[in-house]
Amino acid sequence: MTTVPGDLAAALAGLVGAHHVRAAPAERLAYAMDGLPTHRRLPRLAVLPGTRDEVVAVVRLLADLGVPFVPRGAGTGLSGGALADHDAVLLVLTRLNRILKIDVANRCAVVEPGVVNARLSAATAPHGLHYAPDPSSQTACTLGGNVAENAGGPHCLKYGVTTSHILALEVVRGDGRVVTLGSAGGEPWGPDLVALFVGSEGNFGVATRITVRLVPLPRAVRTLLADFTSLRAAGAAVSAIIGAGLVPAALEMMDHSCIQAVEDSVYAAGYPRDAAAVLLVELDGRNESAVEEEAQQVAGLLTGQGARQVRQAADAKERERLWQGRKKAFGAMGRLSRDLVVQDAVVPRSSLPVVLETIAAIAARYDLVVSNVFHAGDGNLHPNISFDARDAAMAARVEHASAEIMATCIAAGGTITGEHGVGLDKLRYMPLVFDGDSLGAMHAVRRVFDPDERVNPGKVIPIHACREWSGVRNAEFGMRNVRSRVDSAFHIPRSALEI
Amino acid sequence: MSLLDKVRALLGGDAVLEGPASGEVPRVAPPTPDAVALLLGTAHEEGWRVRVEGTGSWLPPDAPADLTLTTRRLDRVTAVEPQDLVATAEAGIGWDALRQQLADRGAWLALDPPGVAGRSLGSVVATGTAGPLRAGFGPVRDHLLGVTFVTGDGRIIQAGGRVMKNVAGYDLTRFQAGAFGAFGVIVLVHLRLRALPRADETLVLEGPAEELLAAADEIRAAELAPAALELLSPALARRERWALAARLVGSPAAVAAEAGDLRALAGGRFAPLRAEEAHAFWSRAAEAFALRPVTLRVGGLPEGGEELLDLVRHQLSDEWVSAAPGLGSIRWAGDTTADRLRRLRRALAALEVPLTLERAPWALRSAVGHFGAYREGVGPLVSGLRHTFDPKGTIVTAVEGDE
Repeated sequence: MTTVPGDLAAALAGLVGAHHVRAAPAERLAYAMDGLPTHRRLPRLAVLPGTRDEVVAVVRLLADLGVPFVPRGAGTGLSGGALADHDAVLLVLTRLNRILKIDVANRCAVVEPGVVNARLSAATAPHGLHYAPDPSSQTACTLGGNVAENAGGPHCLKYGVTTSHILALEVVRGDGRVVTLGSAGGEPWGPDLVALFVGSEGNFGVATRITVRLVPLPRAVRTLLADFTSLRAAGAAVSAIIGAGLVPAALEMMDHSCIQAVEDSVYAAGYPRDAAAVLLVELDGRNESAVEEEAQQVAGLLTGQGARQVRQAADAKERERLWQGRKKAFGAMGRLSRDLVVQDAVVPRSSLPVVLETIAAIAARYDLVVSNVFHAGDGNLHPNISFDARDAAMAARVEHASAEIMATCIAAGGTITGEHGVGLDKLRYMPLVFDGDSLGAMHAVRRVFDPDERVNPGKVIPIHACREWSGVRNAEFGMRNVRSRVDSAFHIPRSALEI
Repeated sequence: MSLLDKVRALLGGDAVLEGPASGEVPRVAPPTPDAVALLLGTAHEEGWRVRVEGTGSWLPPDAPADLTLTTRRLDRVTAVEPQDLVATAEAGIGWDALRQQLADRGAWLALDPPGVAGRSLGSVVATGTAGPLRAGFGPVRDHLLGVTFVTGDGRIIQAGGRVMKNVAGYDLTRFQAGAFGAFGVIVLVHLRLRALPRADETLVLEGPAEELLAAADEIRAAELAPAALELLSPALARRERWALAARLVGSPAAVAAEAGDLRALAGGRFAPLRAEEAHAFWSRAAEAFALRPVTLRVGGLPEGGEELLDLVRHQLSDEWVSAAPGLGSIRWAGDTTADRLRRLRRALAALEVPLTLERAPWALRSAVGHFGAYREGVGPLVSGLRHTFDPKGTIVTAVEGDE
């Protein structure tokens, strides 16, 4: 790294104003974590530009000085992707929070990256439109972060994840160059670089303008709550619904311990406390009678798979209450213990019953509380492990159980993350799903966008596991991953570092 | 050793379908992904130029090359899981064979690409050519869960996986859709399926194009969302006048409700087709695009759709045109020159609308490129990516043209 001449904070203050540079230790501490409780990094400093031009100016200055930086939105990410090392600057984008355009006729909007997800849908609702991807953190998370992580959410079952809703992007690359990817109508302009950028976890640059697709609000909605006496039966009900060719807007599952946590919290939704699992199923469409018929069909399938009771939300208020419990489940689980690892993996939907039972057995073996709340319709699991990070032995058990859960999901034909991203947390698992050439290809692609690897360094690709690619020298750039290992609360298995 | 001898030594004699005796460059059909990697790795080292084809029905086999690599022997469906609505197929399988094997298991790939029925899966993915069902089910990339591809220097890369959601690493899967082979040869595709729709109905309204566009606006304003809503020129629709065709798929109740709403619009003139008529209607329109020398697509905004259509009709012709008014996208086929394409592309670029050349003789596609000029700053990224995946330009493709 180049030695920084003079005072970086002062130089940045000259660009964005002293008030928007956070250099004092107490100020930096506020940015030491994101939504992942197992990692903590104190950034060199945080800078909060207020406009796109300020972003460009800041990025250019950092490029001139050779300083690495990490783009960050609201910091709700669950994989440690928005953490910066002591030599890196956090580029906080929350001040770029303007909705620049709502184009009702063409059903799209142009926003800055700091716009909060739910705020966009609130702004478009009067026009009968909404932004469909709805992560559980949607009242806090930003669209820039959603793009970086390719965020999902309950309603992505029917409407698709973030990548299906991004039409065009204005991107500031690591050297400060600005490029526009895609077109407003969604047709790629050349190879599909929008698809490549979405989900790149900040490694390819900073999205400063995001053109999103808007979808008409459904006119007819039915929300069903079904409760089961076994996880296996609930899992089988999911397969029955998908196998019948029905496409619910959302199909969510919560297990017994998650139900308890929700019902003990201020978000109590009236879920039956004695159930082994509940399924929350939402159907929507344009036509009342057609949606009602589908709801009846789903209710029949749920009952046929052993649901004790199938309750239909009587009105919008009850529907909101049922959803509130689901969306705040992570928060409610936070009350169970000092720390919570929110895991994220995906399996084929038909393997849900077996995988859920295996996870329960792993939890029992390691004497840990694992609560499941997840997007069952997509097979996207969130086994959440409650623990106390101060207890080293317990933290070690959490690490081993997490690794076994990941191995179980991979063995079932699944993958290590469906919507939370790799960040720092999943680096060690990447070699379990990709070989050295495939990881090497990703690393090489990253270097096309960011040859110096200064943008969000050390994330996503475990450099040591990459097979060497022409023109890409791995050893030199492997240092950051090595340091990640030292800073991590978790031990990285040796196997993850070998080709 | 001659090129042909080397290829035979590498892959066995029966991998070579045609020798130079037929007046063509050798056509080589590797039987496995590993054989594709071996061939491309050798081509990379030897400096051979390789043109890639599937079943040979879409792009003409006329790019200057030392050999043709055809994926036609990679034609297996290796897995269909109707319970999970996932399938895995090799890239060289014909579309009709794939569709039939899926239908036998009650599953459906909700894509209706232009071209003949036997067109290969890999060709559809590589060119990103979605048909009218794009309105309801999205572009080609939305149907992909993972792809395996071989780079120009013979590395096998696995991208994505076989599950519904996947953010492990960068999305090299969707990135392959519509890249026209610039980043490697697709050998295997993991597909997202739907259950075969229980109801599938097509209704057609005929009239002057302008009137039909107004009807399409009305449908959109009513928030009706057919799986396809396509405006077809008379030649494509095989009718006297322009046709606006709506395809409704889903549960019988939903389709019946939508058909009722549709008939209530446009003065009640939407007429339903019988099932076999509907099938013939859509497949004839798709096949027509493989019969003209040039096919292209234009992707604008719904609101400017009429203006774009006028531009395309005026600058090229209006014989073979299919447009999705709700999406602002247009597909055109016919015969034209490089100059006319360049002029149209410039006019569209001024409106911030891209034109993608989907199909043309080599002389034309090498002159104007599948994509033409990129927007500022995009060119270096594309070249960098191309160099990453095909360092010596072993795979012959005309993404940029000679502008």
